[in-house]
Amino acid sequence: MKLNVEELHKVAHLARLSIHAKDEESYSQALSNILNLVDEMQSIDTHGVQPMAHPMDAVQRLRTDQVTENNQRDYLQQLAPATENGLYLVPRVVE
Amino acid sequence: MQWEAVIGLEIHAQLATKTKIFSGSSTAFGAEPNSQANIIDLAMPGILPVLNKQAVEMAIKFGLAINSAIPERTTFDRKNYFYPDLPKGYQTTQMATPIVGRGYLDIQLEDGSSKRIAIHHAHLEEDAGKSLHEDFQGMTGVDLNRAGTPLLEIVTEPEMSTAKEAVALLRSIHSIITYLGISDGNMAEGSMRCDANVSVRPKGQEKLGNRCEIKNINSFRFVERAINHEIQRQIEVLEDGGRIAQQTRLYDPDLNETRAMRSKEDANDYRYFPCPDLLPVEIDSAFVQQLKDALPELPEEKRQRFTEQLGLSVYDAGVLSSSRPLADYFDKVVALCGDAQLASNWISGELAAQLNRDGVEITQAAVTPEQFAGILIRLKDDTLSNGAAKQVFAALWAKEGQTADEIIEAKGLKQVTDTGAIEAIIDEILAKNTAQVEQYRAAEPDKRGKMVGFFVGQIMKASKGTANPKAVNELLAKKLNG
Amino acid sequence: MLDLSLTQMAQGLAERKFSSVELTQAFLQRIQIVNPQLNAFITITESQALDAAKAADSQLEKGTATPLTGIPIAHKDLFCTEGVKTSCGSKMLDNFIAPYDAAIVTNLAEAGAVSLGKTNLDEFAMGSSNESSFYGAVKNPWDTQAVAGGSSGGSAAAVAARLVPAATGSDTGGSIRQPAAFCGITGLKPTYGRVSRWGMVAYASSMDQAGPMARSAEDCALMLQHMAGFDARDSTSIEQAVPDYLSQLGNSIQGMTFGLPKEYFAEDLNPQMAERIQAAIKELEKLGAKVKAISLPLTRMAIPAYYVITPAEASSNLSRFDGVRYGYRCEDPKDLEDLYKRSRSEAFGHEVKRRILIGTYALSEGFYDAYYNKAQQIRRLLAEDFQKAFQQVDLIVAPTTPNPAFDLGSKITDPIQMYLEDIYTLGVNLAGLPAISVPAGQINNRPVGLQLIGNHFGESQLLNAAHQFQQVTDHHLQKPALV
Repeated sequence: MKLNVEELHKVAHLARLSIHAKDEESYSQALSNILNLVDEMQSIDTHGVQPMAHPMDAVQRLRTDQVTENNQRDYLQQLAPATENGLYLVPRVVE
Repeated sequence: MQWEAVIGLEIHAQLATKTKIFSGSSTAFGAEPNSQANIIDLAMPGILPVLNKQAVEMAIKFGLAINSAIPERTTFDRKNYFYPDLPKGYQTTQMATPIVGRGYLDIQLEDGSSKRIAIHHAHLEEDAGKSLHEDFQGMTGVDLNRAGTPLLEIVTEPEMSTAKEAVALLRSIHSIITYLGISDGNMAEGSMRCDANVSVRPKGQEKLGNRCEIKNINSFRFVERAINHEIQRQIEVLEDGGRIAQQTRLYDPDLNETRAMRSKEDANDYRYFPCPDLLPVEIDSAFVQQLKDALPELPEEKRQRFTEQLGLSVYDAGVLSSSRPLADYFDKVVALCGDAQLASNWISGELAAQLNRDGVEITQAAVTPEQFAGILIRLKDDTLSNGAAKQVFAALWAKEGQTADEIIEAKGLKQVTDTGAIEAIIDEILAKNTAQVEQYRAAEPDKRGKMVGFFVGQIMKASKGTANPKAVNELLAKKLNG
Repeated sequence: MLDLSLTQMAQGLAERKFSSVELTQAFLQRIQIVNPQLNAFITITESQALDAAKAADSQLEKGTATPLTGIPIAHKDLFCTEGVKTSCGSKMLDNFIAPYDAAIVTNLAEAGAVSLGKTNLDEFAMGSSNESSFYGAVKNPWDTQAVAGGSSGGSAAAVAARLVPAATGSDTGGSIRQPAAFCGITGLKPTYGRVSRWGMVAYASSMDQAGPMARSAEDCALMLQHMAGFDARDSTSIEQAVPDYLSQLGNSIQGMTFGLPKEYFAEDLNPQMAERIQAAIKELEKLGAKVKAISLPLTRMAIPAYYVITPAEASSNLSRFDGVRYGYRCEDPKDLEDLYKRSRSEAFGHEVKRRILIGTYALSEGFYDAYYNKAQQIRRLLAEDFQKAFQQVDLIVAPTTPNPAFDLGSKITDPIQMYLEDIYTLGVNLAGLPAISVPAGQINNRPVGLQLIGNHFGESQLLNAAHQFQQVTDHHLQKPALV
């Protein structure tokens, strides 16, 4: 399985990563190698096997609907690269 | 060519929980930006979600109300995409096994018939934050207070063929969620939002046309207008020999048009997978039964009871059952006055008009059901004439007294049925208007009917509306006709 | 003082042979001297540590001490520590001061432990050599030409070099056990759900598990005692009482059955490693244990399954690093897409980017069934194989790695070579099992790890067996020449 440069950029865009032209070859090679390794799985018959998303056979606990949080905006926004009037700022979004 | 539209709806209802679906932050509306966004809502590194029990219960109640089977297990998935109002870079939602399976709703059409619309499923998910595009030096501001608010997304089958049907379905969902108390259904505040999938095809064709999804429709009126506009647009494109591009369009109510959205174009591969931070939710059948037993009477059941047991017309029953507070008001009045038709007429008439004039909801009515029933009781036992009853209602609305009887007493509105007293008033009026009496007697019998109205008006006025109209008519006819 | 076990330290503190401040200062001084050679720490919290040590001393004075009161430890820099940089070994979080404490940070602080700082790791725990850290590779105290292992390489090297007596780690595919083996210390990966994941920055949520790293099984038992427990904030935390691990250590292992999976002793295994492991098994037999040959036929398949599932979960878990609410943001983004792409591309290293890309690909339209779903099916088959094995044996015994620590730089250019080295540790994480790595000798001055694998919630048994092994062997007492 070989991942070509076009596919590489498509996947990178989905992941919001950009791949430098100089790194294209090494990424596409490395990813292709990983995909080859991963393709070993296809040799196993898994017909009818239920996929296992969680290692333990446990069920979800539910939380009581009670407010436990208070306003920590100023504290938490110290971590933010850009804020104004309590809002997080990002480059203009066009809809 | 004859065209036929095919419409499906995706309705997002914010659930009326106190806290978010996966965190203990408040969901109260209108707070300062980001003051209700804690470390979980902000997707700080290392945070984890825990599911809100109330959201699960509310979703199950909805499922029961639309005749859907509730699965024994339901799971959560991640829908991956990047957007500034989506802090984790994925939305936690349900794709593989939603909490509400297939169900249906019957909607009432204008011709009085009903149509069954299948609900494909409904699932729980978290809401996103809000992007504010006002000027921050060319930047967008992001408020994450809404991020993580529980939503129930209700997805219908594409089984509606007119905008009116779509609106009827939306109204029906609106009454159910408000009846159940699981959402305030406020479209203006965004607690209920609707996306419509619209396509058209030549009448009689099996195959569906390419569809467009219209987003951002935030009122019942706009739903109808947006869908009608989109149907028209698609027909025009097709009749001009064009093709419909499958796309997401935004409805602009100011221009009454839809236009293609730019930002969502490439957001097409959401890479759903089971959320590893949330385990399967087991739904105990005894618990479901318990919720089922506690369900309130739903709009459809009420409508049936109003027609079948109370003898109301389909139309009246539909109006009265459309909102739970209105139906509750009606039920209380009927219980006290014992006359459903009278209660229906007066609630849909005088009370509705007054609410409309004051621009308030039934829950804010100044006249209580007990007071209202008091008026109707006096109307039925002939203590009040129709006109006097209206005066009592107005006085109670203006808080001039506590009960109908108190107002009747204070204002002297008791209906006069004593024929002697009425005769005296008639004599007085006839004596004052001898010319009109002459005219009446000279007129052809078929012209006389209209002229009677003049005398009745004068008599009622003189009696301040308290004279029994039936007695007045009888006595007046006798005297005029000699 | 630096060589004492945790129990001995606690005893010394209780008897006022030395104070917590003295103990803390001794380790801080050693960090000053040795850390520059090893690069085991990213952040040293000297003043906070001394404050905590003073508080511990006053507790000791008052007689209100708890079992870890005054004992220095360190946290892998993947656990959030309020007010202290939590970098995850990434440029992305180089400026991130965590706003809250991870559950285990709280638990250990409540037990009285004094944190000296945050240890180095592979970027976001993605790696087996610690070479993917933004802060540079950790060097192996036994041989500074060798890797310390990863991803908890900083914690392993720090414990081995006596910079700290115990440290926390996290293990997604061997990240506690493999560096513990490479650095000649003891490291336990608990059952999935035994230790809360709250505040542990997620790599692959369905496999990540925090655990202790120390010089002996006994020290690991004491640490785990104060890390483990139910936490309502973590939906995957298991509501089950924590047993008294220390009290079980002295049990005899007479009659206990150890399974030897033949696939763990196949051609991948370095012959010298095989000798050390066989010698260790002889010691277990001398203690009265029975050994039984078993088979875990899908062992090799753990590699592809793991390298699909973990990148898939990671690709989603790491989407939150977008330069909006915290962390690195690129200079002058020209639009939203530019903000995302440059912030993420400039701040993530190559290995993280590779795994995000693989994971994104494995989940994308048209590939989900062939990759993600297939891997989760194989995961179930693997887990079932382990369950079948545990019907016949109490514990499984195996090498932790096929080879001892490799040279720095030797595998960094070939991710596949690095991934293949994880063959003996991955299955445990896929199945959610507990496992411990204990020192079993050296090859050319590079340590070798013996791995014991237990059934779910078998930590007591694992610690017991490891402790009994350490009662009759001295591998865990060997010190690197550096010391």
